[in-house]
Order: sequence, then structure tokens, then C-alpha cells
Amino acid sequence: MSEFLDMGGYGAYVWPSYLVTLIILGGLCVASWSGMRRQEAELKSLQDDSPRRRRNRGGA
Amino acid sequence: MHRFANPARFLRIANALLPWCVLSTGLLIATGLYFALFVSPADYQQGETVRIMFVHVPSAWMGLGVYTGMAIASAVALIWKHPLADIAARASAPIGAAFTLICLLTGSLWGKPMWGTWWVWDARLTSMLLLLFLFLGHIALSNAFDDMERGAKSAAVLALVGLVNVPVIKFSVDWWNTLHQPASVVRLDGPAIHPSMLTPLLLMAAGFLALYLTILILRMRGEIAERKIRVMRMNRAAEGEPGIVAAEQGG
Repeated sequence: MSEFLDMGGYGAYVWPSYLVTLIILGGLCVASWSGMRRQEAELKSLQDDSPRRRRNRGGA
Repeated sequence: MHRFANPARFLRIANALLPWCVLSTGLLIATGLYFALFVSPADYQQGETVRIMFVHVPSAWMGLGVYTGMAIASAVALIWKHPLADIAARASAPIGAAFTLICLLTGSLWGKPMWGTWWVWDARLTSMLLLLFLFLGHIALSNAFDDMERGAKSAAVLALVGLVNVPVIKFSVDWWNTLHQPASVVRLDGPAIHPSMLTPLLLMAAGFLALYLTILILRMRGEIAERKIRVMRMNRAAEGEPGIVAAEQGG
């Protein structure tokens, strides 16, 4: 196990590479997901408190 | 193509694709990592540092690919005023920037043990840094104007002008003397890389592509909702609802 983590003496370069990739891509996933949820929730609340619009929809 | 122009139809297709994108991202990256870290051998010259390649090279490909896609979407948006093309370009820029940043950082972590330096101002590295600035410039420009359409137009022009950088990056290792090694996968005489290393490389690249599509769908959904919100607010403001007008001005 420690031999695997050591990466032939290059562990200090190999693991940070994978870690940096994980942090950046993971962070982007979380930010994109929560941003989308926020916008869609706001859109829904706008649509819900627009009674005239709802009436129009019901009639259509 | 115009069949996909309708945001409602796009959302239906995108939502049907999303679970498959998530699933293939997980599977491809998991198997890719297994091959990259456990199965593939150390390089005879570079030792274990060669494992950095399995995140470095796919993110470089993604940086170039996403930029090219963004430029194509920008051209479509400029020529045919296709609203989804504009949304796709805007949603792509942060993803391309992330992949390019990963490429630069992991390249630095690979350069230190192999070249003895974190950074050199040579053609490949400098043109890749320029790619990052083009992505960041696109993000900044598309948010720089109160009028969304003007911002989108300027950003689209930047994306098209910056496209000249893509072949420069690709051929920089052939045109100039550089510390960076030449291409070993995408070359005319076929890949000069052993299957034991090519397998994890292609798996990771496919996984990154699936991840790009996943994040693209999420960001485009957010963008479409944001535009609908803006239209609703503007309509209400036009109808003279004072609360909404104040909120618009405040925001």
C-alpha cells in the first residue's frame, strides 16, 4: 500500500495531479447543479405567484 | 438542426439523456482510473509520473474540443441567431476553462520532476495559457453588458477570433523547439503509445467527454430558466407592477 502511495518516489507529483482534477471537476459539478436548481426554483416561484398567467394556462 | 431550436424540445431531449450521461461518466472514469492507477505499467523513461498523463492529456483534449465547439456554437448564434447556440456557448465556457486549468496545473506537476521546472514560456505552454484566458475572456465579456444580446455577440466574436489559437496549440510542438514532447496519439502514422497506456487514456478521455455533456446539460437548463425569469420580470415591469420594477433596478 505505501509502495503504491509512494509512486516510485513521485507520489508528491502524481497524487496532487489527481486531487486537483477531482477538486476542479467536482467543484464545477456542484456549482452547476446548485445553480440550475436555484434558477429553476426561482422560475417556479415566479410562475406560481403569477395568478393571471396561471389562469391563461388553465384556459389554454 | 432547427428541430432542436425549441428550448422545450431541447429540455425534453436533454433530460432524457442526462441519466445516461451521468451513468457513462461514472463507469468510464471508474474503469479509466482502475486501468490508469493499477493496470498500466510505469514508463521506462518517466517512471510513475507517466500516470499524470491520464488526467493531463484528456483535459488538454477537452480544453481544445470544448473551445472548438464553443466557436462553432458562436458562429451558429451569430449567423442564424439560434438562441440555443448562444446558450450552449455560454454554458461551455466555464467547463472549457476548468479542463484547461487542470491541464496547466497537472502539466506543471509533471514538468517539475521531468523537466526540472514548473513552467517555461515556450510555445505549447504559452498557447495553452492563452486558451485559458480566451475562456475567461468569453465569460467576462458575455456578462459585461446590461444588454445580454450585446454581451453574447461580443463574446461570440471573441470565440471566433480566438479559434486561430487551436491549431497553434496542436502544432506548436512541431513548429517550435519546446520542452513539451510531440504528439503520441493523434498523429498521421497512428498512435506511438502502447495499448496498456492507450486504454486508460481513451477511457479517461471518454469519461471526461461524458462529464462535459452532463455539466453542459445542467448549465444549459440553468441558463434557460434564467432567461425565462428575465422575460417574466420584464413583462411584469412593463405592466407596471412597482415592486417588480424596484427589484429589477436593485438587481
